[in-house]
Amino acid sequence: MRPGSVVKNVGALLLALVFVFPVYWMFSSALKPADQMLTKDPVFVFTPTMDNFAKATGVTNFWTYVTNSVLVTVGAVVLALLVALAASFAIARMKFKGRKGLVLTVMMAQMAPWEVMVIAMYMIARDGEMLNSLPLLTAIYFVMILPFTIWTLRGFIAAVPVTLEEAAQIDGCTRGQAFRKVIFPLLAPGLMSTSLFGFITAWNEFAMVLILNKDKTAQTLPLWLTEFMTAFGNDWGATMAASSLFAVPVLLIFVFLQRKAVGGMTSGAVKG
Amino acid sequence: MTVHSQGAATSAPQDAPPKSAGRPKAPTTAPGSSHPVPPRGGRKSLPSGWLPYLLIGPAILSLAVLLLYPLIKNVILSFQDINKVEFIQRKYPFAGFDNYTELLGDSTFWTVVVRSFAFTLANVALIMALGSLIGILLNRLGKWMRLVLSMALVMAWAMPIVASVQVFQWLFDEQFGVMNWVMRTVGFSGYDRHNWFETGLSTLTIVTILVVWGSIPFVALNMYAGLTTVGGELYEAARMDGANGWQTFWKIVFPNLKPFFLITTFLEVIWVFKAFTQVYAMKKGGPDRASEILPVFAYVEGQSQAHYGLAAAISVLTIVILVIVMSFYFRLILKQEEEQ
Repeated sequence: MRPGSVVKNVGALLLALVFVFPVYWMFSSALKPADQMLTKDPVFVFTPTMDNFAKATGVTNFWTYVTNSVLVTVGAVVLALLVALAASFAIARMKFKGRKGLVLTVMMAQMAPWEVMVIAMYMIARDGEMLNSLPLLTAIYFVMILPFTIWTLRGFIAAVPVTLEEAAQIDGCTRGQAFRKVIFPLLAPGLMSTSLFGFITAWNEFAMVLILNKDKTAQTLPLWLTEFMTAFGNDWGATMAASSLFAVPVLLIFVFLQRKAVGGMTSGAVKG
Repeated sequence: MTVHSQGAATSAPQDAPPKSAGRPKAPTTAPGSSHPVPPRGGRKSLPSGWLPYLLIGPAILSLAVLLLYPLIKNVILSFQDINKVEFIQRKYPFAGFDNYTELLGDSTFWTVVVRSFAFTLANVALIMALGSLIGILLNRLGKWMRLVLSMALVMAWAMPIVASVQVFQWLFDEQFGVMNWVMRTVGFSGYDRHNWFETGLSTLTIVTILVVWGSIPFVALNMYAGLTTVGGELYEAARMDGANGWQTFWKIVFPNLKPFFLITTFLEVIWVFKAFTQVYAMKKGGPDRASEILPVFAYVEGQSQAHYGLAAAISVLTIVILVIVMSFYFRLILKQEEEQ
């Protein structure tokens, strides 16, 4: 090996360690027995225990948090895909008055400062008797991920050659059939990567649920993660166990989909 | 022509039933089908002029109800004087520009604005520079090492934000954090019980490490994916011409990946400027409100201090600032849109 490539490989390995360490530390702390957790010098070798996981999942309402998170996230992603698919098809394939304005609107909406608008959202929800409402939360998350979904899908649809669609129409398909049978299958990677990003946004959302849903039965998992940090002390073991459980679904989805998602981002959103 | 009109005649009755459900009436309406030739396949579709609007309708409607309405409500709130008492009584008296004059004359507000800009600038610069470098490195690694590094990046990328905030708090914990141990092991004995969250600046530094760590993977992996689309022969040619790495980057990589840099920087600026969760979940804007950036400032004023009108004014100003900063970006991206 040339010296240059040794430097390169050692550098890459060190970088990999830096990026993975916090994730590793989260999982290993979650498995650590309590008496080896709070030590001045960290313990690296220990007998794993499930105590922290038991404590984290043992809180009241745990399954309510899980159900709420799943419902809200899946609901928002599915809604966003349906609505965005129609809109992005129109943007990518049709000429109509106001098309450019729509593109601009989508871009503006993409930078919507949701976190800044929580106060207004709170007032609206309160005056409409919609505090602690899961449907409202789902609707908000849906609109949060909608612009990004439209933008990305538009790129994917634009990347499918129009000639394919025309050929299908010449073969006797209607425009709708041409879309279903020809374009839709080619969009699979695009749909996957957009739903991945949508999923993560909704799964992670913290500001809205923090302020709109004070009632524990209407809260989602991000708030559960902060439950073990109190003014009386932090239960780091339980916090790390909760964080691990929260992260696992996303990690798994990512590891399986990342190749498609990454390629998708560049071919879809970035290269237009 | 004749063939067509025949086709039209045979297809017309097929089309008719769904529209006029009554059976007996069908024959009487059938003669009326001496209308313009329907499209091939005989199916009556919507006039194509409507179709795009029908398709974008749901999206426009949802954006209007759930985004535009709260935005307008936010602007209205910013002109009202709503504190705890008014809030409970549900009386919202108008206050003209009082909230704005109060804010613009308040040095705290300007401190937060400057802090937000510095925070955004530092984060985005670090993310873009390091992310691009790692992307380039990925492109030059062998197959196995590339897999190792990209897997590590994916792990960091996939970490949910709230979870990563918790982990970073734990890593930088005063008593039992692994960072203090690392510093002591390296030889800085002063790091026994060092409080990493002692000042606003040090807290924001930890937040920056967290944000940069979590954001680099997106840039690096996409940069790598983008690089693979730039033909290898271009690099080869550049090397033949004696270009060094720096020149190769500016002459070949950058122009080829300009759309990528444009949009990624755009997204990162937005994401970092609005980074509420990372800052708020870390130390709630503390110590002493010294790590508040604009979104957190608005939230704390509104929720903890119950100055709702004032909070709305902060958020309106935040939006205005963001729009001004981003406006030149819109021009660039729209221009690119036209070129396609």
